[in-house]
Amino acid sequence: MQSRFEQGVDRIVRLGRKGCDVMEALGRAGLFLGQSAVGIPSREGWYLWLRQMHFVGVLSLAIVIVSGLFIGMVLALQGYTILVDFGAEQALGQMVALSLLRELAPVVAALLFAGRAGSALTAEIGLMKATEQLTSMEMIGVDPLRRVIAPRLWAGFVALPILTVGFGVVGIWGGYLVGVQWLGVFEGSYWSNMQASVSFVSDVGNGMIKSLVFAIVVTWIAVFQGYDLVPTSEGISRATTRTVVYSSLAVLGLDFVLTAVMFGGL
Amino acid sequence: MTDVPFIEIEDVHFSRGSHEIFRGINMIIPQGKVTAIMGPSGTGKTTLLKLIGGQLTPDQGRILVDGQNVHRLSRKALFTLRKRMGMLFQSGALFSDLNVFENVAFPLRVHTNLPDAMIRDLVLLKLEAVGLRGARHLSPAELSGGMARRVALARAIALDPELILYDEPFVGQDPISMGVLVQLIKRLNEALALTSVVVSHDIKETLSIADYLYLLADGQVVAEGTPHTLNANQDPRVSQFVHGEPDGPVPFHYPAETLYSDILGQATATRAG
Repeated sequence: MQSRFEQGVDRIVRLGRKGCDVMEALGRAGLFLGQSAVGIPSREGWYLWLRQMHFVGVLSLAIVIVSGLFIGMVLALQGYTILVDFGAEQALGQMVALSLLRELAPVVAALLFAGRAGSALTAEIGLMKATEQLTSMEMIGVDPLRRVIAPRLWAGFVALPILTVGFGVVGIWGGYLVGVQWLGVFEGSYWSNMQASVSFVSDVGNGMIKSLVFAIVVTWIAVFQGYDLVPTSEGISRATTRTVVYSSLAVLGLDFVLTAVMFGGL
Repeated sequence: MTDVPFIEIEDVHFSRGSHEIFRGINMIIPQGKVTAIMGPSGTGKTTLLKLIGGQLTPDQGRILVDGQNVHRLSRKALFTLRKRMGMLFQSGALFSDLNVFENVAFPLRVHTNLPDAMIRDLVLLKLEAVGLRGARHLSPAELSGGMARRVALARAIALDPELILYDEPFVGQDPISMGVLVQLIKRLNEALALTSVVVSHDIKETLSIADYLYLLADGQVVAEGTPHTLNANQDPRVSQFVHGEPDGPVPFHYPAETLYSDILGQATATRAG
């Protein structure tokens, strides 16, 4: 039997080992990002990137657009019921636009992107690893980091900000649909209030910076989880789950930090 | 041996976790010959190929390929060296997003600037050699295991490498394609002066094509020699393997406590409990 003291020491040792593992994984992930994302693409690389843009970008368009529409509509509905009590329903356009551009478009689009494209990237790369395709590529003398990983990383970096713009635009239009067409807010005040209060640099610009940060983090997590997983069916399923969980947490946590820096006067 | 060595393996130790796979192995693989590495399952034959290809790093010792220390090379130099190697994987490891033709064309497309028409001719010639020219439009998912491995062989020889590492080339082949493969490996070796390393436990086929053999067991080279000397070897470990006898010094069973105590001990304990 172990004494209580030994058990305590054991627990500390395990904790320390866990900490070391986490730091090591972070280091590997950092090296991985540096080795794969930096470099000038070849002509073939551009083609591979375009194919991935289709896969992670175009195919995610439907879910992002539909969600954007509904979120815009709900925002207008909820906003109207509150604003109308103060007789301030003319400010509906301003409310819808600011919530979408500053917060909802970057965050929700990133969460959807992690679920739709991130998990698929992890599973695809994981399966390539499990079936030794990555190893055989290495043995042919082609670096999988450049050939498989880099196009996927860059496609994610570019696709998510574009999807976010789409989300925002459709969301504002959804708000217009409900607020103006259905609830009867004056159309002129919906648009002109929005125009007067939304600043291109601090609202649209900061929203886009957020979106770019989320794009880098989500794609990085997804691709690294796929590349680093244990090549078994269980390993693939775990890594896919981890991609969605880690990237969702990272997006929400980073959103708070970025908001605090951008709008919180830090 | 008086041949020029192409691969030199010097005192290589390797372990996975606490499991020791190699305890100081030494090998010389001569240029232009077929060298076979044999041994029971789980002796690390595939691991050895991965060490030669630079995918794994030994804990101790070094591996020279054509005079270059594989594990001291920069990433770029290692990839340049790998262009001169072909490796046939046990699973085939074909790229699932490309069809058979494109899989074989892949090394040519990335490493050469040949015009499309010439790539097409080369690919068809390689596929003809493995008897799968007619299967060029199929996707890897539509191939059987044996066919996938033949396509993988065509891909491995696409760039006419100087060295080919074969990982279990004969597994899952029907007798006809087995005979063709054996001939193909031999012919490739003679016609192109390739250095071939064949990892296998198909004794008959391997003995028929190998110029020199190494027998691995317990993380060490237990015997080496030409097929003739190995056949005549009196060491019980060697003759047990070469003649496929169930009883001998090499255990068939994975280490465990005795069957008696495993089954009856359990029963006694249950009854008592």
